[in-house]
Amino acid sequence: MAGELGHFALILALLFALAGAVAPHIGAVRNDATLMAFADRSVLAQFLMAVTAFAALTYAFVTSDFSVVNVATNSHTLKPMLYKISGVWGNHEGSLLFWVLILTLFGALVSWRGRKLPLRFRSRVLAVQSLLVLGFLMFILFTSNPFLRLDPAPLEGNGLNPLLQDPGLAFHPPMLYLGYVGLSVAFSFAVAALIEGEVTPLWARWVRPWALLAWVFLTGGIALGSWWAYYELGWGGWWFWDPVENASFMPWLAAAALLHSAIVVEKRDALKSWTILLAIVAFSLSLLGTFLVRSGVITSVHAFATDPARGIFILAFLAVVVGGSLVLYAWRAPKLAPSGLFGIVSRESALVVNNIFLSTFAAVVLVGTLYPLFVEAFGAGQITVGPPFFEYAAAVLMSPLIVALGLGPVLAWKRGNISRAMQVAFPALVVAAVAGLVLVWQNAGGVVMTAFGLGLAVWLITSVFLEIAARIKLFRAPAKALTGLGKITRAQWGMSLAHAGVGVILLGITISEAFTSEELVVMAPGDTVDVAGYSFTFEGVAPVAGPNFTAVRGFFTVREGERVITSLTPEDRVYSNPAMNTTEAAIHPLFSGDLYAVVGEATGAGRWSVRLYFKPMISALWLGALMMMIGGILSLSDRRLRVGSPTGKKTAAQAGEGASA
Amino acid sequence: MNRFLPLAIAGLLVVLFLGMMLSDRNPQEIDSVLIGRPAPAFSLSSLADGAPALTEADLKTGEPLLVNFFASWCVPCRAEHESLMELAGRYRVPVIGIAYKNERDKAIGFLNELGNPFSKTGLDLDGRVGIDWGVSGVPETFLLDGDGVIRYRHWGPIVGDSLEARLLPELEALR
Repeated sequence: MAGELGHFALILALLFALAGAVAPHIGAVRNDATLMAFADRSVLAQFLMAVTAFAALTYAFVTSDFSVVNVATNSHTLKPMLYKISGVWGNHEGSLLFWVLILTLFGALVSWRGRKLPLRFRSRVLAVQSLLVLGFLMFILFTSNPFLRLDPAPLEGNGLNPLLQDPGLAFHPPMLYLGYVGLSVAFSFAVAALIEGEVTPLWARWVRPWALLAWVFLTGGIALGSWWAYYELGWGGWWFWDPVENASFMPWLAAAALLHSAIVVEKRDALKSWTILLAIVAFSLSLLGTFLVRSGVITSVHAFATDPARGIFILAFLAVVVGGSLVLYAWRAPKLAPSGLFGIVSRESALVVNNIFLSTFAAVVLVGTLYPLFVEAFGAGQITVGPPFFEYAAAVLMSPLIVALGLGPVLAWKRGNISRAMQVAFPALVVAAVAGLVLVWQNAGGVVMTAFGLGLAVWLITSVFLEIAARIKLFRAPAKALTGLGKITRAQWGMSLAHAGVGVILLGITISEAFTSEELVVMAPGDTVDVAGYSFTFEGVAPVAGPNFTAVRGFFTVREGERVITSLTPEDRVYSNPAMNTTEAAIHPLFSGDLYAVVGEATGAGRWSVRLYFKPMISALWLGALMMMIGGILSLSDRRLRVGSPTGKKTAAQAGEGASA
Repeated sequence: MNRFLPLAIAGLLVVLFLGMMLSDRNPQEIDSVLIGRPAPAFSLSSLADGAPALTEADLKTGEPLLVNFFASWCVPCRAEHESLMELAGRYRVPVIGIAYKNERDKAIGFLNELGNPFSKTGLDLDGRVGIDWGVSGVPETFLLDGDGVIRYRHWGPIVGDSLEARLLPELEALR
C-alpha cells in the first residue's frame, strides 16, 4: 500500500512540477501576478509529494517489504536499522528520489525565505527549479522507479554491499547530494537572471548564501568520503583521483570560485557574466558527476549498476539543462556589462586571481578525468590518467593560489597597496621560509617539495593570524585590541577559519605524505615490529560473529618504549549477504599522528600478513575540512548573510566595506 | 572570453558521451597486451588421469584453437558452457580448458556435470599461469592461430550474441 502511495505521490509531484515550470513564465510575460504566485504553491506541493514518496520508500525499507523490487535487491532483514535506512539512498533509484527530495526542499526554502525577492524574479527562479524537478521525476518514473513490485515476494533480500555498511558512508552520499543539489539554486538564480537580462549586486547577495551552503555540504561530503576510504579500504590512502571522486571535486572547486566571485559582483558590480557562467558550470559539473556514475561510460568503484536507457536519458537531460542555459548565456552575456571598476592591486583582483586558479584547476581535473575517453573514442587505445598528473597540476596551480590567499584578505577593496599589504604579511613569509629551511636542514636531499608544501601551509596559517591582528590593531594599539576582537563579524571569522582550514589540510597532506612509516610483514603471535618508534606486538587472532558477518579479529599491543599506548583490533570481515570480504582497519589517533593496523590473510602455520602504519598529522586533513565547514556555517549565520534573507541596497551599503569577504 | 565557448565545449562533451554509450564497449574490459604475441610458456598437470602435462607446445597445432580459463565456482562459466560445447561440437574448434584457482576434484565434477568440451585440460591451482596470461577474472577465452600466437581475447562469458557477433568472425578470419 505504501508503495502505491509513494508512486502516486511521484506522479502528482510530476504534474505540479510541469505546471510550476510553465505557468510562472506565462505569468511573467503577461504580467499576471496570480500566475506568477502559483510558483510558490507549486514548489510547496512538489515538496510535500516528494516527502510522501520518500517516507513511503523508507517505510518499505524499515519494514523489509520485499514485495518492492528495490527493497528486495538492496536490503536484508538482518541488517542493522541504520543501514536499512541508509539503504534507501544507497542504491540508484532511492538516491534519485533523495535528489528530488532535496531539490524540492530547496525550492520550498527559496519560496519561503525569499519572500522579499521581487515576485517576478522569484517566480522565474522557482520555475527553473521546477523544471529541474520535472526532469528528475521523469527520469525516475520512466527508467528508475523505486516502487516497482515483485510477485511473488521473496522471503529474504539480497542485502547491501558490505563496504557501504558503515556509519561514515551512511552519511557521505546525503551530504554530497545536498551539496550537488544546493548548487541547483545558484543555477536557477543564474538562469532566471539571464531570462530577465539583469544581474545586480543584490542578485549576488541572494545567490552567495546558497553557493556557500552547497559548498559547505560538498566539503563535508568529500571529507566524509575520504575518511571512509582511509579507514575502510585498509591501505592507508584517502584520495585516489578516481573519476567519480574528481566528479565531486570539480563542483567543489567551481562552488568555491563562485562564492568568491559573487563577492566582487556584490561589492563592485563587476565580473557579472563570469559569475553567472560559474553558477551554470558548477551545477552542470554536479550533473556530469551523476551522469558519470550512472551511465557506465567509465569504470569506477563508485559506479551504480548501469543500464544504457538510463545513460541516454541523463545525457539528454544534461544536454537540455546545460545546453539550454549556455545558449541563454551566449545570447544574454553581452547585456551584462560591469559598472564598477577596481585597480590591479586590490582585494577584487585577488579574488579574480582566486577564480582563475580554482577554475583552471577544475578544468584540468575535467580534462584529466575525460582524457582516457577521448583517447579511446579516437581509437588510440586505452590509457588511464593517474595521480601523478593530478598531483602535479595541484602543486602547480594551488601553490600560487595559496600565496595569493595569504595576501588577499590583507589588501584593501578597490585600490589596494601591495607594499602596505606586504608589511602586514611579511612576518608570515619569514616564518614560512624558516619552517621550510629547517626541514631541508634536517633531512638534506629529496625533501624540497615537502619543505615547499610546509612553507606554504605555514605562510597561509600565519597570515590568517596576522590579518586578524592587523584588523584589531594588535600591534599598533594593543590596549584596544580586545574590543576590536569583539567587533569582528561572524563572516570575517568564517573567512579566517576557512582559510586557515586550507592551510591545516595542506599541512596534513604534506607531513603525512612525506613521513608515513609503513611495514608490510608476516607475523606470528608474540612477534613485535617497530614502526616509527612504536612497537606493535601481535597477540594473535580470534573469530568474531556480527549480525550479518563473521570476522577474524587481530590483536595488537602498541608500546612506546615500555609504556603501553593502546591495543588495536583490526578485523577481516566476511559478509554473508551478499558474500563479500571487507577489511576494518584499527586506528588509534595520537596527537602526533595515527597508529593504523590492518590484518590480512593467514599465510599458514599460525602466521598472518599484516600491515602497520604510523601516519603523522593525517588527522589534520579532516580537521582542516571541519574548519572550512565551520567557517562556512559561521559566515552563513552572520545576520547580514543569512540564507535568502535579502536586504535592500541601503543595508547593503551600511554593511560596510571589508565585510562578508 | 568568447561567449559561445562554453556552449561549444558542452556540445563536444555531449557528442563524446553519446558516441561512447552507443558504441559496443565495456568500460571494465581492458585490452589484452598479449594480442599478436606467442602464448607465454607454462606447464600444467592435466585434469585427466595419466594424461601428459599441458604446455605451450600443445598450442601450436597448425590450426586455430581456443584456450578457455574456467572454474567450477564461477557462475558466468556455467552460463557460457553451452557456447563452449557448441564451439567444440558444431564448429569443430579444439578448445583447451584451464581450471583457474580450482580444486582438481571440483573442476572434474563441474565437467562431469555439464559435459566436457575440452580436448585437453590443465590445472592452474595457484593462478600463476592466469597471471602470465593477464587473466583479470574467469571466464576468459583466448583465440590462437596455428603458430600458437594469441589473436583475440574474449573478456567475460561467451553468452548472448557474443559468440556469433564477436568470437566466430575472429575465428573465421583465421581459418
